[in-house]
Amino acid sequence: MSQTILQLQNIEKSFDGTPVLRGISLDAAAGEFITLLGSSGCGKTTTLRIIAGLECPDAGRVLLEGRDVTGTPPEKRDVNTVFQNYALFPHMTVAANIGYSLKLRRRPNEDIAKAVAQALELVQLTGYENRMPAQLSGGQKQRVAIARALVNRPRVLLLDEPLGALDLQLRRQMQLELKALQQQLGITFIYITHDQEEALTMSDRIAVMRDGQFVQIGTPAQVYDEPRTSFVARFVGSANILQGTVVAAGHPGGLVTARVAGCPVCARAGQTEFLPGQPIALALRSEQVDFAPEGSGIPAVVKEKSFAGGMLRIALELPDGSRLVASRHGIDQSLAPGQKLCVRCAPEAAVPVEVDD
Amino acid sequence: MPSRKNTRRTPLTSRWMGLTLVPLYLFTLVLVLGPLVYMLVLSFETRADVWGVIPQFTWANYKNIFQPVYLNTFVQSLKLALLCTGLILLVGYPFGYFMARLSPRGKKFMTAALMIPFWTNSLIRLYGWIIVLRSGGTLDKVLMALHLTQRPLKLLYTYPAVVVGMVYALLQFMILAVYSSAEKMDWSLVEAARDLGASPAQAFFTVTLKLTMPGLLSGVILTFIPSMGLFFIADILGGNKVVLVGSLIQDQLLQAHNWPFAAALSVVLMLLTSLMIGLYKRVTHTTRLEGLL
Repeated sequence: MSQTILQLQNIEKSFDGTPVLRGISLDAAAGEFITLLGSSGCGKTTTLRIIAGLECPDAGRVLLEGRDVTGTPPEKRDVNTVFQNYALFPHMTVAANIGYSLKLRRRPNEDIAKAVAQALELVQLTGYENRMPAQLSGGQKQRVAIARALVNRPRVLLLDEPLGALDLQLRRQMQLELKALQQQLGITFIYITHDQEEALTMSDRIAVMRDGQFVQIGTPAQVYDEPRTSFVARFVGSANILQGTVVAAGHPGGLVTARVAGCPVCARAGQTEFLPGQPIALALRSEQVDFAPEGSGIPAVVKEKSFAGGMLRIALELPDGSRLVASRHGIDQSLAPGQKLCVRCAPEAAVPVEVDD
Repeated sequence: MPSRKNTRRTPLTSRWMGLTLVPLYLFTLVLVLGPLVYMLVLSFETRADVWGVIPQFTWANYKNIFQPVYLNTFVQSLKLALLCTGLILLVGYPFGYFMARLSPRGKKFMTAALMIPFWTNSLIRLYGWIIVLRSGGTLDKVLMALHLTQRPLKLLYTYPAVVVGMVYALLQFMILAVYSSAEKMDWSLVEAARDLGASPAQAFFTVTLKLTMPGLLSGVILTFIPSMGLFFIADILGGNKVVLVGSLIQDQLLQAHNWPFAAALSVVLMLLTSLMIGLYKRVTHTTRLEGLL
């Protein structure tokens, strides 16, 4: 990747004695799309506000293009924010909202008008110059907020759950548009969401956050295929976590065999060294749970069946009482609650993870 | 879509509603509209030689206002009202603004602190100021004890005393009006302004001030109008030195028994008031005075 634009170094922040951020660090490259993914209250918004300068960290540093801006007020940072509630100025027209920052910089009126027209074209709202924010729909407000934050061509754009208030269809469309916009402008995006699908679709890298810490930072493929911990595996791919014991230790990069619910299961060992007898947790995605002929794999009992979003979810119970969810495309008529079957998985499907939840 | 049951019931309900409004209409007619019309009629009638009025149309009462002595009273009143409103604005706006930024508990406390003095009659509170301001009073004692002044300031029965009384009596209207406007404000807008490059001062003038303008203007109206007419403050704290339109009306009515002239003065004062509220309506696009309800 090209040069680093934004660096967070060991940022810590507490509110009224409650720690919200516990030493987070992140490097963002020029033109990179980074998503902070986590459930509400994990510190995503606080991180964003610290980058914007709206909040001051208790410890740690924020560097913009190598310059320490930790104590710099927001107006002196080359960073703009798209706020969660849009925060459009209700007493100004769309054009005045977008041109606000240019007017503060005393740019000539013709220049402002030109820049506003360009920004509106960018978000496909040409002709809306003279509307008031109250006359716009949610999606339009969103576009104006983006245009307003982009009109200055900041080095970094911060987006706080920008699509949270939109309906699913509009959301999908805006995801694609935002990604295209980001690639076209080459601006670094720091994007907040709690929607793992959104994060996987749009990001170059995902930083999974939990309790004020980054649990894992990596490309969507890394986070999805090689979750570091059970939290990441559950949050990003809603994976099953199987608890077991190592039976046969493989060398790093090879395979490891574990005993789960009394039956052997093969998994990728990754870079970790495993010793026989050691407890192990394996992440296994529901769509990678295969059904096996009688007598092979782990015996299981069907407990529940539900159909949602084009996928059939089958809740199974293993002999040790633990639950396992399998999923299939389409409606499978052949399974009924109470039915006994066997499950297994391909060796590369199961991934050892650190248990953290 | 409204249900059929609903549409069938509406006419009956609204007829009953209409009936229940009758007392309100009567009340308005007899106690608000009646006196207004009476005052308007009175202002065009002729004063009788000894007592009362003669029902004879005349413009004389209105022309009378343009006599230098009366016109001067209007001008003096306006000047005092402007001065007081200006001072109240300077103190009240920041007060209301910072009050809106307090914690919920702080807000409750401040609101109570502003309201509690109102449980005491305003005249009694005004007499309190006499004790403070009179020659050798509390203020003089404090200032002399601190060796800031050598002899009593003789503040009572002066113009500044009236200004102090007015500001004291009307300040909380401004505070509450600004507070109610600032309380409703979305403070993330100020953050958005800062994020877009505004200094704290720029963010205040381009966003906060604009969005609290309804409260500010409403506060101006709620203080400017009464300060034209609060004659008892001028009487009690200003002696006979400061004559306001309010005092003039009172004198004409009770001392000179010139009812038509008093009525004409009142009508003009009312027109001024309506003019201000009209302006407020034009600027803020609402008829509701912020902080009053």
